[in-house]
Order: sequence, then structure tokens, then C-alpha cells
Amino acid sequence: MNVTSGNHKFRKAKSLAMNGLCIACAVLVILPLGMILFYLVQKGASSLNRAFFTGIPKPAGMPGGGMGNAILGTLELVALASCIGVPIGILGGVYLSEYGGERMNTWIRFWADVLNGVPSIVWGMVAYTLVVLPMKHFSAWAGALALAFIMIPLVLRTTEEVLVLVPRSYREAALALGLPQWKAIVRIILPTAMRGIITGVLLAMGRIAGETAPLLFTAFGNTNWSHHLGEPIAALPLQIFSYATAPADDWNRQAWAGALVLVAMTFCLSLSVRLFSAGRFQKNT
Amino acid sequence: MSTEVATTPVSPAPTAHRQGSGTRVGDTVFHMVCLAAALAVAVLLALVLWQLFKGSNLALKQFGWKFFTGKEWNPVTGEFGALPFIFGTIVSSTLALLIAVPLGVGTAIYLTDLAPVKLRQPMTSLIEMLAAVPSVVWGLWALFVLIPILRASVYPVLKHWFGFLPIFQGPIYGIGLLTSGVILAIMILPIITSVSREVLRSVPNLQREAAYALGATRWEVTRIAVLSYARRGLFGASVLGLGRAIGETMAVTMVIGNTRYIGPTLFHPATTLASGIANEFTEATTDIYLSSLFELGLVLLGVTVLVNILAQVMVRAFTTAEARRVA
Repeated sequence: MNVTSGNHKFRKAKSLAMNGLCIACAVLVILPLGMILFYLVQKGASSLNRAFFTGIPKPAGMPGGGMGNAILGTLELVALASCIGVPIGILGGVYLSEYGGERMNTWIRFWADVLNGVPSIVWGMVAYTLVVLPMKHFSAWAGALALAFIMIPLVLRTTEEVLVLVPRSYREAALALGLPQWKAIVRIILPTAMRGIITGVLLAMGRIAGETAPLLFTAFGNTNWSHHLGEPIAALPLQIFSYATAPADDWNRQAWAGALVLVAMTFCLSLSVRLFSAGRFQKNT
Repeated sequence: MSTEVATTPVSPAPTAHRQGSGTRVGDTVFHMVCLAAALAVAVLLALVLWQLFKGSNLALKQFGWKFFTGKEWNPVTGEFGALPFIFGTIVSSTLALLIAVPLGVGTAIYLTDLAPVKLRQPMTSLIEMLAAVPSVVWGLWALFVLIPILRASVYPVLKHWFGFLPIFQGPIYGIGLLTSGVILAIMILPIITSVSREVLRSVPNLQREAAYALGATRWEVTRIAVLSYARRGLFGASVLGLGRAIGETMAVTMVIGNTRYIGPTLFHPATTLASGIANEFTEATTDIYLSSLFELGLVLLGVTVLVNILAQVMVRAFTTAEARRVA
């Protein structure tokens, strides 16, 4: 014992040091979040006023103006993308959990995961060739399509994950009562898993709301209100990007305000996710 | 998206036969619609590949393999080579991994084995929030907060102590390869941390207990029993992070300086595949220019898809093998 005690002390010290290092890692990882929230509020909050939410960008050099059109544009794009992406994603998830065989499901899950890893700018290029080239101009449709592409695999995977949590006995009971399978799915299984599905959809919406790259050459941005979906549309991330990189203090200030609004929007979504998913397992088990 | 099969509306069956053929038709239709939606992912994958191939057809024909080794990128003379973009992508994402992997794995160790139980869930939620911050907001923050800090107090120190290394020589611009490596590291930390945490959690407790029983200290348990046991899964987590770093566009575009550069110094502005596309796509005036940008996209897609498949196979092989062993 005495012979090894020096070594033991060294080992204890080393253990303590390495554990301290792990704690330091955790602090360093959380640090940027603290910093970004602090600076968003510090630099952005002062520029939030009514004009910011209702106005449109002013020409360079003129103070004031706002991002009303960009906020509305982002809401429109997310809503449109959801109209395309959510039904396909949910029905695909239903297939995986209710119909698909083992081998087929493995492949579909695999493809969905591969799609999740495709860089978002690539989706922009695809939407560009599919919509912008034939129409010969940038449009809200193209932007929404690019965002919908990102949404489909996300919604599909989360829908499947919650549907398999629905107890088998629910399905058996529904079928035993003579319901056709599709009715059992639509009336019994989907409503039971609704909270979880909504959670997945909200998460996906939060994800696409902040996407910039796929909109660069699809939705393109617009300094005015856009009146129909066939023309370029402003989006909050695009506006932040162009104002952040512009050499004007007033625009940089507004970029911070826009970023604050965007982050508040995405955090609100993930907060409601937490509220929704809180009761998810109680309901199912 | 028109992947849904065109289903002819089913006329409502006569009430007398409702239980019979009517429901069966309903079932078949619903089944087919769901199948079509599920197959949409395969169609999408094929669509991406096909569109990018079609878009880059011209460049593929004209430059062939020279595209990957050419350093020239000149819209005026119509000479296009992707090497500076590939170089910037490799260097910036490697830097990101070098910074993020130790930090992410360290945090995962803390969250699984060290942190007080009460703290684990809140910390995990905070890291998830980190992942929810949009890329463009990280770019904005990097431009106005991170770069001034790095330029004033980090880079000069690096240059002073390690200036003999070629990577830390040359003027300090603030924007550049190292800065984009740092911002990428911050952005991929959440995924590396959460996947590593999952991997570490699937290491059986028996493994830890055995090491403790042999008299190992806390760190020795982590190193011998946990880390070496989980290293394949941790490697997968890192590769997953690499896939994210390669495809990340906006934040990098804002801080890398968008200059075609191949050289040793990390302080120099450069460009990446993704930021090259983002910057020049709307400026492409000639067919061959646009086609070359599509080929950059094709390269980007190919690399990220391969990296992601590799990562998924590794992580899934590890965690499912563990789940099976426990069961």
C-alpha cells in the first residue's frame, strides 16, 4: 500500500484534472449560447419598434424602415412549404409504421436519413431547376418547394417514431370492431399520436424557418411587399443576411433586430414542442 | 411535389355493399397513397442526383477530371477548376472537427458520467437550443462579436507563440479559414455532443462497474471502460459532424472572405464549395459558368452523402449492437 501511495495520489490528481477538463468542455459548449442570446437582446432589442414589424426596408442611407414584409414572407414560405411537406411526411410515416415490411422500411429510413444530410443549398439548386428555370423568374413557389424538400424526411421520421408508440391493442380493438384499416388509422391511431406528430411538424417548421441558403436563388428576397406567390418574396433570414453584410450601421442594427425576431420565433416553436411532447408518453402508455 | 399517385376518386359504394368491396377499395387507395408518400424519399433522392447531373452536364463534358485539379476560376475566359473550393471545404471542416470533437466528447462524458443527475436534462436542453439557432444568426454573431474577439486577442497570441509554423503566418484579416473553422465547430457541437451522449449511454454499466472494482479512478474508468469501448460510435458521431460542417453554407459565407485561395496560412480568406455556390449562383451569366456551379453542387452532394452514409452505418451498428447485447 505504501509503495503505491505516491502513484495513487498521482492517479487521483489526474482523474480530478481530467474530470475538471470535461466540466470545462461543457462550459465552453454552453458559452456561445449564452453569448449569442446576450448580444441578440443587447444589440437587437433597441431596434424593435412598431415600424420594424410593419414597415418595409428603406433605400440605403435613409434611417428607419422595417422588416414587416420579410416577417410575413417567412410565415408565408413556412406555411406553403408545410402544405406540401407535412402531408407527404405524415403519410410516409404512416406507411412505415402501419404497412411497410421490414426490408422496405429499412431502405426508406435509410434514404430519409441520407436526405436529411443533403446540404440545404443543394435543395435550393434543385428547386431552381424545377421552378425558377421554367418560370424564368424567382418566386415564392420555388422557395417553398425547396423548404418542403427539407421538411419531408424530417416529418416522416418523427411521425414514424411516434406512431410505433401507439399500443398494438388500439389497432386490434379498432379492427375487431369492424373498422377498415384506413379508418382505424385515420380515426384511432393518428389522433392518439397527434401530440407527437405535431411536435415533429413544429420542429421541422422551426428548422426551415431559419434556412437561408435554399432561398438565395429561389425566393430571392424582395424589398417590397409581394402580392402573389409567383413573384420573388422577402424572407427574414435573407433580409438578415443582406443587412448583416451591408456596410451601413443602420442596416447592421436592423439585422440584429431581425435575428432577435427569428431566434424568438424558432425558440417559441421549440418551447411549444416541449409543451406538446410533455404529455406524449402519458397518453400512450 | 407530384409524387402522389393520381388516384381516381372512388365513387361511394352502394350502402348495401359497404362492408364488402367499398371498404376494400378504401383500404387499397389509402395504402397506395401512403406507399407513394413513403417512396417520395427515394424519388427525391433520385431527383436531386438527376437534376444536378443534368445541370452540370456541360461542365462535366468540357472539363472532365481536370475540373478537380484546376485552380483557375475565370468566368471571362470560361476556365473553371474546383480545387480552391475543395481545398477550403476540407481545411475549414477539418479545423471544425479538431476543435469540436474533443469539446463535444468531453461534454458528453460530463453529461453521462459526471454531472449531477439534476443538471443533466437542463444541460441537454440547452445544447438542443444551440442547435436551433439558425445558421445566418451564427454568421451575424460571428461577424460582429466573434471576429473582433479573435482578431484582437486570440490570433495575435497564436501568431506570437506559434508564428514559426507556416499555418500561423501572414497578416491577420479576422475573416478567413480559421474563423470559419471556429464558427463551424460551434455549429456542429450540438450534434456531436448529442450523438456521443447517446453512444456513451449505450455502454453497459457492467463495463464501468468492472473497472471500478479493479480499483480504477473515475477518469480511468472513463478512459479504459467507456471511451475505448465506445470509440467506434464516437468516431461515427464525429463523421456525422463532419457531414454537417461540409454542407454548412451561410455562416461560412459570411466569415470566410470568399476568396479563392490555396496555401498554408489559416489566417487567409478562402472559399468553400457551399459558399462558392451561394455567392456566385445568381451572378452566373454564361451556361458554362452555371454548369460549373452545378458541378460544385454535385461534388458537395456526393461528398456529404458518402460521409453521412458512413456515419450512419457506424453509429447505428454501434448502438443497435449494444441494445441487442443488453436485451
